[in-house]
Amino acid sequence: MPVQYYIFLSIALFCIGVMGVLMRRNAIIIFMCIELMLNAVNLLMVAFSKMWADAGKVDAGSAQLFVFFIMVVAAAEVAVGLAIITMVYRNTHSVDINILNRLKN
Amino acid sequence: MVLSFVALVSALGVVLSKNPVTSVLCLIVTFFTIAGHYVMLNAQFLAVVHIIVYAGAIMVLFLYVMMLMNLNAELEPQKRNWLKYAGAISGGALLVVLVAALRDASMPALGTESTEIGLIGNLGKLLFKQYVVPFEVSSILFLSAMVGAVVIGKKD
Repeated sequence: MPVQYYIFLSIALFCIGVMGVLMRRNAIIIFMCIELMLNAVNLLMVAFSKMWADAGKVDAGSAQLFVFFIMVVAAAEVAVGLAIITMVYRNTHSVDINILNRLKN
Repeated sequence: MVLSFVALVSALGVVLSKNPVTSVLCLIVTFFTIAGHYVMLNAQFLAVVHIIVYAGAIMVLFLYVMMLMNLNAELEPQKRNWLKYAGAISGGALLVVLVAALRDASMPALGTESTEIGLIGNLGKLLFKQYVVPFEVSSILFLSAMVGAVVIGKKD
């Protein structure tokens, strides 16, 4: 199976995530679409790790460790982001991001 | 092939479903299919960690927050429809540009023989020899994220 197959799959997942961020107004769903984009990148990196290992390079595991660190950062981001969303919901009783334009003026 | 198709369909389900709980469930299905891809790409440790972290922890957190807010009754306002079309068109344009740019790239085919790289022993040696400083930095990041979440979520 060519590695291009995985590249196109990752591109498709990433673009679905971008579309979700642009289309939806619900803050939690936007957050989930960001997770989807991160996972598309992770999938691409694992595919390149496999390609690198097939080529006989020694440190092909570095890509998988990068994926591991991306997961760590994503988990930390989810913790803080969901706390922020909960606080916003407590203050405005909505998670619609159109309400959150107070920084504008 | 089937796995990728399921991944794409459920990723579309995340974006297009009206009910937020449905999109959380679709996202869990997407994560499981991505974990299946990891197994096929000889990244067994990452597949297990992916399922534990995402499907086990992060999505449960999402569901918990969603149940806490009781968002089921609330529908998104549908008044600005052109904004949705603009988002869909720009996402599709990004897809077209990336696919057109990478269509003619020549890449080697992935071998079918399994490699030992994704096993936990090799990754652990690499993590604690070469990447030990980023590992410690990520632990500090986790600590600060935990403190930050508690401080933000505290009722003041």
